[in-house]
Amino acid sequence: MIISPRLKAVLQVLTTLVVVVVYVPLLLVMVNSFNVDRTFGWPPRGLTFHWWNVAFHSSGARHALLVSLEVASLATLISLVLGTCGALALRRTRFFGRNTVSLLIILPIALPGIVTGIALNNAFRTMLGLQLGFLTVVVAHATFCIVTVFNNVQARVQRIGTSLEQASADLGAGPLRTFALVTFPMLRSALLAGGLLSFGLSFDEIVVTTFTAGSQTQTLPIWIFQNLFRPNQAPVVNVVAAVLVLVSAVPIYLAQRLSGDTVSGVTATP
Amino acid sequence: MSPTDATAAPARTGRGSILARSSGLRTGLLLLPPMLWLGVAYLAALAALFVTSLWGQDDFTGAIVRVWTLHNYQDLVHIPVYRTIAFRTIGIAALVTVVDAVVAFPIALFMAKVASPRVRRLLVIAVLMPLWASYLVKAYAWRGMFSEGGLIDWAGKPFGLHSPGYGLVATTITLAYLWLPYMILPIFAGLERVPNSLFEASGDLGAGALTTIRRVVLPMAFPAVVAGSIFTFSLSLGDYIAVQIVGGASQLLGNVVYANVGSANNLPFASALATVPVVVMLVYLAAARRTGALDNL
Repeated sequence: MIISPRLKAVLQVLTTLVVVVVYVPLLLVMVNSFNVDRTFGWPPRGLTFHWWNVAFHSSGARHALLVSLEVASLATLISLVLGTCGALALRRTRFFGRNTVSLLIILPIALPGIVTGIALNNAFRTMLGLQLGFLTVVVAHATFCIVTVFNNVQARVQRIGTSLEQASADLGAGPLRTFALVTFPMLRSALLAGGLLSFGLSFDEIVVTTFTAGSQTQTLPIWIFQNLFRPNQAPVVNVVAAVLVLVSAVPIYLAQRLSGDTVSGVTATP
Repeated sequence: MSPTDATAAPARTGRGSILARSSGLRTGLLLLPPMLWLGVAYLAALAALFVTSLWGQDDFTGAIVRVWTLHNYQDLVHIPVYRTIAFRTIGIAALVTVVDAVVAFPIALFMAKVASPRVRRLLVIAVLMPLWASYLVKAYAWRGMFSEGGLIDWAGKPFGLHSPGYGLVATTITLAYLWLPYMILPIFAGLERVPNSLFEASGDLGAGALTTIRRVVLPMAFPAVVAGSIFTFSLSLGDYIAVQIVGGASQLLGNVVYANVGSANNLPFASALATVPVVVMLVYLAAARRTGALDNL
């Protein structure tokens, strides 16, 4: 009994209140996807499955979803490779640039999205003379996704130490073989957690995307944003939003299964 | 990554043995790809952005004129509307941070020191889950909440209250909502590290619950609050989507930057504007460093 019963009760009430406020808007989105009306009026006059059907056949939303999945997969793949390289490089050696390197990896996500966005926009268009499109989005997303993999893998390699790898080397395995047979299996769940985060980060990103996608490439967030203010599309946007709320339970579930340690696994970065 | 490693197996080549002996070489090889990507490509892009902010623009053709000038920064300081927007943005970011800290502290304290392990686990999930829900969907949800005749209007009617409508109040609330988990989690982690014996000692010495929180818990949790505030502050500074969704006609720095990259097509001025949040964040990080908050990230 370290906290007085009265304070406990107050904390409990406040906690309940916060959780309610956190979930009411999300529930509202769910309910609105069944709303007969095209407006946000509350309470809804009636409920219908009509918009779910319309949304399912919306080619714009489906195409955007596909683009988002592709971008997120590629960006995650790149960040897995680069993040793991970075984390492994920094593990034992205490060389002079160590802090600089970690700062550099965190920078793309620590700086406001508009800064990263227009910096990359400027670099792609004026410095490299590239056309903005699918590839530039992938490159931009990978840039700020590296940190998620890096953080997860770095935490893992610090925990596992080096004795098993030394044993492997003593038994005659070279560095690559040791990596494949000893290090990689120990990193696997950290890579999954980092990759999951990176995928989620990329899938949801809109700020950097608006600056690097050009007018032809539409990810799902861009599609939502462009249709948000069109009264005709509002019900379809409602349904897509509701689906995204439901889908957000999946990574949490996976992360729980993976690590059992949600806080360290899924929160290292925004 | 793994497939190549798995196939390059038994026969030890010369390269392998050099790799085995020289950890410096290994570090270098491992660092090369991420450093080429971030150190060369990304840093160069940031540097180029800064350089561009020191260039001018031909008012007539809109082409960038590569002549060194401080013109963009002078505009930033001397044209009142930009000054107003800059201060408004910083003010809102600060307000969002304070709101988040005030809301997050009780729930974090409850999670860390009151809840049973099972409830704690559930709460951690409950707090994390909205992080995975799409940013846009959450901002959009609040558009529904604040709308005329929407849920807030409906709930407030019996008390004679109205929704504040779309504007800066709605923007602040929405941003605070969006970044709340980033504040709860570090404070929770920070409070978990405060030993229970300190609560008991404070109680034994005659302090009431509030005194204990004010004199013992808050000072120890402060670095964690600052750590959380880095996220809430920085994310609010750069946001320009939420304000478009729930902010009505209000403008923040992000909107002006976006307008100058897009429709106004004045990249040098946009770059100068974008340095404002960067400088503010650097100052903020330097201050946060002194509290030891950076070790809490």
